This record gives sequence, structure tokens and C-alpha cells, in this order.
Amino acid sequence: MISGKILYSYTGIFDTPDQIIHATEKAVESGYTKYDVNTPYPLHGMDKAMKLKPSKLGYVALVFGLSGTLATLLTIWWMSAIDYPIVIGGKPLFSFPAYVPIVFEVTVLSAAIMTVVSMLFFFFKLPNNSHPLHGTEYMKKVSADKYGISIQADDPKFNESSVKKFLESVHATEIIPIYWDEEEVNHKNKILEPKFIMFLIVVAIITSGVTYFSFNKLMYMVPFNWMMDQPKLSAQQQSPIFADGFGMRQPVAGTIARGSMVYQFKGQPDLAGVKLVNPIPISKESLALGQVKFDIYCSPCHGYNADGVSRLRGQFPNPPSLHSDKVRNWSDGRIFAVITEGQNTMPSYSSQLSFDERWAVINYLRALQRALNAKESDVQ
Amino acid sequence: MSNSSFEYLKKELSPKVRTIGSALFVAGLIVVVLGYMIDPVRSAYNNIVGLTFLISVGVGSLFLLALEYVVGAVWSTPFRRVTEFLAANIYLIPLLAIPLLLNVNTIFHWTHPEPADKTMINKAPYLNVTFFVIRVALFWLIWLCFYYFISRNSVKQDTSHDQSLTKLNIKLSTIFIPLFAITISFAAIDWLMSLSPKWFSTIFGVYYFSGTVLAALAAGTIFIVLLNEKGYFVKGLSSDHYYSLGALLFAFTNFWAYIAFSQYLLIWYANLPEETTWFIVRWQGSWKIISIGLVFVHFLIPYFGLLSQPSKMNPKRLLWMSGWILFAHYYDLYWMTMPNFGKDGVVLGWIEIGFPLLIIGLIMLVFNFKAKSQNLVPISDPKLKRGIDFRL
Repeated sequence: MISGKILYSYTGIFDTPDQIIHATEKAVESGYTKYDVNTPYPLHGMDKAMKLKPSKLGYVALVFGLSGTLATLLTIWWMSAIDYPIVIGGKPLFSFPAYVPIVFEVTVLSAAIMTVVSMLFFFFKLPNNSHPLHGTEYMKKVSADKYGISIQADDPKFNESSVKKFLESVHATEIIPIYWDEEEVNHKNKILEPKFIMFLIVVAIITSGVTYFSFNKLMYMVPFNWMMDQPKLSAQQQSPIFADGFGMRQPVAGTIARGSMVYQFKGQPDLAGVKLVNPIPISKESLALGQVKFDIYCSPCHGYNADGVSRLRGQFPNPPSLHSDKVRNWSDGRIFAVITEGQNTMPSYSSQLSFDERWAVINYLRALQRALNAKESDVQ
Repeated sequence: MSNSSFEYLKKELSPKVRTIGSALFVAGLIVVVLGYMIDPVRSAYNNIVGLTFLISVGVGSLFLLALEYVVGAVWSTPFRRVTEFLAANIYLIPLLAIPLLLNVNTIFHWTHPEPADKTMINKAPYLNVTFFVIRVALFWLIWLCFYYFISRNSVKQDTSHDQSLTKLNIKLSTIFIPLFAITISFAAIDWLMSLSPKWFSTIFGVYYFSGTVLAALAAGTIFIVLLNEKGYFVKGLSSDHYYSLGALLFAFTNFWAYIAFSQYLLIWYANLPEETTWFIVRWQGSWKIISIGLVFVHFLIPYFGLLSQPSKMNPKRLLWMSGWILFAHYYDLYWMTMPNFGKDGVVLGWIEIGFPLLIIGLIMLVFNFKAKSQNLVPISDPKLKRGIDFRL
């Protein structure tokens, strides 16, 4: 025995799992409480032999899971029923069924994360990364093919000779004393050193300073602000200019906005045919615009050539050809009425096409019609 | 560790099983016959609850049996016979189905669609009496066929010690499981969903399946715990086996809640008139109490009852929870079926007691009958020894 070294434990090594379970049972019988068993793999029946109580880890999961449930429910309740109440889909402000998936996810997440964290830091004592058994001959053996028990010196019943005798009596093949490393004994808790604490404080100040600077200052400096700071008003923003404080304004009574002409012949297509006149003269630009819009909105049913041959043919009531005498003899205003209000299965295209675009489409359609019914004079 | 050599001595079941079983059966039969004489329509609806419950226990047990073979589970092998005996209830399905087939016009409104009702006319190619009867018979034959062969091979192995029979059963089970998925879904649609023929839910088959497995597991667990505590199986079956049963019950309780909630959430969120009717009917009058009660009876109570480890290992608590879950499944089926009959409020009276009594009696009698002629342990199964030695 080396003098001056502090004994940590006496260890016994065994060859078979049955022997170690027997030895453990005997150790419990003899009244040892501070001991541990090391085996290369989990042994069935060891928990019973050591009389271990069920792990407390389950309660950690339960407590953190339930706090996740509660915290999420409270957050959603506060956000959607108190702080910013908006009716969604005609449901009540606090509609529990919609929140169940979110609450469930957060419950699982917080339970899982906190279980792992508490397992590492509370049960495994993580920052403490050294143990007297580490790096010993004993540990090499029990992590390969042997089974060992280690009875600690701080056990109230510990007595060198009696422990030796005990280990012999249960037929340990080898009995090894384990000593504390000198470094470990003289080890001081460095966490509480003023230097380390100062270091932590400096790191904290720098981190929070940089974070504050980058999110609250840097983001608002040219050119990092990405045009965030604009004099215009965003939707639902307040405006100091107006007395009522609303940024969004009602139009002045009796006026309409530019480009949003009112269609005056609702439900009267024939009247529209008589009264509406095409204001857009036929030009290269107008025809080009008309072609683009026709190909996007009209061709899916009427076909690219307006002859009704399209990829949707056969799936709906067949769209008519626009080369019929009826359509050719219609005035531009009459066709405008159909585009605006729809007809039979055809829906209204008033939200897709502006007034000018509708006229452009009509100009292009006229060109298509003329291509199929060309006059003698066109060829010359 | 030590390889346990096992000894199995066949013990006769206590005569109490037969006495109680026949008493329940006779009492149930009297109530059912009286019920059919006094209020045939109400009895027919109860009959559906009873029939689907019997399908749950019988076909669900056959599924568990097939599952054990397919996944190569060893822990359940020592008491696999219990599941086999319960699967024998498949024989009795016609007993409860024939009265319904005779009354098919009074309970299934799709049997007489109004000519102006386009939806029902369009559904007629599937929902018509001929095809319905064909489906009922076909599904029953499929279940019976697989039960007959799997069970016969298992029993044959006791005497012939032929290990290739296990391989044969694995093959049969592999074919059975996809067939089971299809048949149980369509059985759920036929017997339960078609009661309100205009309503539909694409998850309904899975919903019924989750209850089916729960009921079969719970019924099996009751027999296993009762028999094992009295030493009817071999020695060495420990709390680890109970824990596995409890964990499966717990898992499927959660699975049921997951499916039930998925069905509810989508319908609630979309708020489409043709889908919400199902829940609106179950939210009217006193049905509201039954609907809210379902959450507690079928989910919260079993969930917290089975949550902790000791409650899965303690035979007494496991027994209580299994009985509760079996009740919960009947409650669930009642909740699915009976609002179609009593639209104004809960229908609960002496007529409702008949079918549960009858079916519990039948299950006990079938179990007693099977246990008389067969061993309670598959003594030559190659997985048996590993099953006895099973530790978590």
C-alpha cells in the first residue's frame, strides 16, 4: 500500500454475470450502501439485486411536459384572445381544438429536451468529467469482459480488512484498491475563481452588446436597413396627419380611383354592345398586349386560335369557337360585356383583366377572326 | 442466465367460468329476445353495437395473433393461446349478424333511397342490399378461413412438434394482415358509417381499427392476468410480461385518441355542412354528456391509469384498467351507433344491457369450450422458451 494516497474504494472483479449478481446481493445483505457495480453491458436482474428504486427521471419528464402544456396554452390564449383578438374562420377567439396540435408538440419538445438536459447535468453531474475509477486497470477490465463491484471508502461500514474479507468470501478473482488522483484531491472549484467570473461577465457584456447593436442600431444604418425606413404608410399603420389617426383612408365621396372605372351595364350585355365603344386604337403594342393576355386567360378554354380547340376540351361543356358568325358580328362592346360578366360556364374576368387589357384582348381577337376570314384585299 | 426448463401441467378451468358464462348468456338472451319483441328497431341498433364489439374482440385477436407471428414476438408466446381462444369468437359473428340482415330495411336508410335523392342514387352501386350481404359473408369467410388455419397449425404443433408449422403460420399471417386492413375498414364503413349514409370520414376505418385492437388486447389481458395469477400457465411469467401488455394497451389508447382527435379536428376546422352533421347530432341534448364523457372514459382515465410503470406491472391494476378499456370500447361503439336511433337524447334502458351480457357470456363460454380441448400454452412452439425467459 502506498502511503500518503487517499483510498477511494476497494474493487472486486468477477468472471460471470451470475457471480456479480450473487456478490451484489451479498453486499446489500452485509449492509454496504455506498457501492457501485460496473458491467460491460446492462445485466438483467441487477436493479433487483441492488434494490434500486425506479429512476426519478420520469417525474422530470412529467413536470416539464405539463409546464410546456400550460405555458403554451397560456401563451396562445393571451395572444389570440386578449392581446390581438382576430376572428379566424368564424371560430371563437379561444378555440381549443385548433391549439391541441401545437400544445402537444410543445409538451413533447419541452419534456424531451428537459429530460435529456436534466439527465446530463443533474443525474450524470456533467461538468464533473473525472472520476477516480477512470483510467484504472479495474475500469479497463469491466468495460471489456469482466464484471466488477466497487465498495467506496466513505461507506459508514467500510473497513479495509473486512471489505477484503467480504470480497474474498464471494470469490472475487481479483481485489484491487483504487486511490484518488492527487490532482483530483487537491482540485479546487475553478468556477468560483474571480478571474473566471470576470471572464464570464466580460463575455456576457460583449455578447449582449453586439446583439443589441446589430439588431437595434446596425439594422437601421444605411445600407443595412434594406429600405425598412420609408416615409410611406404601410397597411394598418397610424398616421399623425389625419385627425382620426387612421393611415388607411376612405376615398373622397363621389370619386373613384384612377384605373378603377365602374362598369355601368351590369346585366345588360345588349345595351353595352350598343353604347360601349372601343377606346383603344389597333396598334402593334395593343395587339401584343392582347395576345399575351389572351394566351394566359382565354386560350385554356377557347384555344390559342380562338377556335375552341384547347386542352380542356371534353372536360367541361365544350367552349365555343369565337369564329362563329354570331361573335364576329358582335360589336366590341358586346364582347366586352361577356369578358366582364361571364356567360354560361364562363366566369367573369373583371378581376384578372383591367379595362384597357380587355379592349386589347378584343383587338387581338378581331385579328384572329380576320385571319380565318381574310378578305381579298388583305392579301395584296 | 439460467435456461429455465418449463413444466406445463394442463389444469381444468374452474367450473365457475362455465356457470357464470351460461348465466350471463341466458340472462342476456332473455333481455335481447324481450327487447326484440317490444322495440325491434331499438334492439336492432343495440345489435349493431353488440356485433361490432364481437368483431372487435374476435377479429382483433386474430390480428394480434398474426402480428405476433409476423414480427417474431416472443414475449407473448407463453399466453398466445388466450388470444387464439378469443379469436374463436369469429365463429359467432353470424349469430349476431343474421338478425341484423333480416332487419336491414329498418336500420339502414340507404336500402330505400328516394328517387329524387341524387346523392343516395349515386352511392347505390356500393350501398345496396345484395352487395352488402355479399360483403358481410365474404369478410366473415376470410376471417374464419385464416382463423381456422392459423389456429389449427398452432394446435397441431403441440403434438407433432413440427417447427415448420410456425413458418407456415408466419406466411399465413403475412397474407392476413393486409386483408385484415381492408376488411376491417370496410366492415366499419358497412356496419357503422353507413348508418348515416350521407356522412363520410376517410379516417373512419382506422378509427374503428384502433378500438378493435384495444378491445382485443384488453379482453386478452383480463384472461391472461386472471389465469396467470392462479398458475394456469407455466412458471416464470413475470411483471415484465404484464408490463408489455400494459405498454401495448397504453400505446393503443394514445393511438385511438390521436385518430379520434384527427377526425374531429379536421371536421371542426373545415366546418363543411355535410361533414359536421355527425358531431352536431352527438352534441344535441343529453348526447353532449356522452360525447364529452368519451374523452374521459376512452382517453384520460386509461391514459393516467396506465401512465406509470407500476400500474402496468401490478396485476390488479392492469386487470382493472383492461376491464375499463373493454367498457370504454363498448361505450365508443354505443356513441357511434345509438345517436342514429335516438336523435333527441340518450337512449339508455334495460334493452341496452342485453347485448353486453349476451356477448360477455358468449366469450366466456367459447373460452371455456376451447380451453377444455386444448392446452393453455403452446408447448412445442420454438419461441416458447425465449418467451418465458423474456425480461425487459
